[in-house]
Amino acid sequence: MIGRGIWKKGAPFFLLILLLAAWEAATVIWNIEKWLLPAPSVIFFEGIESVHNLLGHLLSTVELALSGFLIGSCIGLLIAAALHLFPGVKDAVYPLLILSQNIPIIVLAPLLVIWFGFGMLPKLIVISLVCFFPVAVASLDGLRQTPDELKHYFKMMGAGKRQLFWKLELPHSIPSIFSGLKISATYSVMGAVISEWLGAKSGIGVYMTLASSAFRTDRVFVAIFIIMGMSLLFFGVISLLEKHLVSWKRKEDEKHASGN
Amino acid sequence: MHLEIKDVSYSFDGKRNILEKLNFHVNEGEFVTILGPSGSGKSTLFHLTGGILKPDHGDILLDGKNINGLKGHISYMPQQPSLLPWRTVLENVLLGSELAGMKDKERAKSLLKKAGLGEYERAYPHELSGGMKQRAAFIRSILSPQDLMCLDEPFSALDEMTRVQMQKWLMSFWEEYRRSVLFVTHSIDEAIFLSDRIYVLSSKPASVIKEVVVPFPRPRREDQLLSDEFIHLKRKLYAALKPN
Repeated sequence: MIGRGIWKKGAPFFLLILLLAAWEAATVIWNIEKWLLPAPSVIFFEGIESVHNLLGHLLSTVELALSGFLIGSCIGLLIAAALHLFPGVKDAVYPLLILSQNIPIIVLAPLLVIWFGFGMLPKLIVISLVCFFPVAVASLDGLRQTPDELKHYFKMMGAGKRQLFWKLELPHSIPSIFSGLKISATYSVMGAVISEWLGAKSGIGVYMTLASSAFRTDRVFVAIFIIMGMSLLFFGVISLLEKHLVSWKRKEDEKHASGN
Repeated sequence: MHLEIKDVSYSFDGKRNILEKLNFHVNEGEFVTILGPSGSGKSTLFHLTGGILKPDHGDILLDGKNINGLKGHISYMPQQPSLLPWRTVLENVLLGSELAGMKDKERAKSLLKKAGLGEYERAYPHELSGGMKQRAAFIRSILSPQDLMCLDEPFSALDEMTRVQMQKWLMSFWEEYRRSVLFVTHSIDEAIFLSDRIYVLSSKPASVIKEVVVPFPRPRREDQLLSDEFIHLKRKLYAALKPN
């Protein structure tokens, strides 16, 4: 039993180790050039060596991703609440929301620079544009799926629209909101990196472009791993928050899972 | 508190009436049951009293004041317990009074204790059994400040054993507090055991076809359920309910 528990928790980790080992072996066996595909060990040591240089880049990306994520999520929540409270507006606006996600960011980003310059604003717009959508859609679903029997009780007791929203619909949709936040959190890092390609003084995106144009493939991979790590970390923080805030839901799910 | 339903008619489509010229009343501190077959418009009647729907004809009078289409004048207990899963039992039973803008935590705690839910104050609804959930829902409606309590088939989703227990529990609780109650059910036994008076509804359209005063003294006891008088009353109600 204990062995199985460890296997279940550690499985992704073991798989990752296995993949890295295979990668390492492949570069040795076929003698692949470092600028074409560096071995994981090479990437690792390059990462350690340039830690000093990377730290500054890392911090500015974290700052950018975090502020973009916060702004985007707030916008997403506000949009969801507005569309929920005014169903007439929803019919008109919802298709536009979906269209907003079809704009290729790569094309939009340079335009934003032309309109707003090289400052924070165009970058925050890019990240917010990526981040608001999952939060808006998930929250809207959560609000909409409030059980009818609970709504009925509230109405029979004479609850107004405001009480219905704050005391019933919003708390009910919190688990859904968190699903949206988790997706947005991982997107925010990618959004930040892309927006840094537009031109920034520092950031993982800047580091990446420099490395790529200098054919320092090892550094490109360092950047990739950092981005992955950051995404995981953001995801983890949101999950932790969720665990604390919606403990009732987790206990309820466990009870259902145990067949009761 | 005195509720009077006067000549109330209602239809969903403007043609076929669901309720037709309904007349009945509930006196102060009285337990009145509306007994009717399934689909006879009992729920519609509650929606009208709760103000979610507005009667096409007639008046709903609470202490002489017309409350047609006005919400917030009754305390409601639905068929499903409808407790909020993210609130503890204590926060849940306070919800009704909270919606009306007043909370009395101490009273809630003492009532929970009396209902045998004292240890579950901080528990979440999913940790309770079906009967316990309904008890919590009942405490919630007692704590709501409105004078009239409307109970909509509150025990119909419970199994037989739990239901009988809940009826006894409800009786002992109610006999102590004596709020005016309008109770809806399709169970004849339940109606006789709990009520002071019973109105029998016809189905489609619903109107009152019989009014019966239940003669048993209070506090009610389980052995009354087997007395000749009880069987006699049951037979009478059964005959009235039978479709012609």
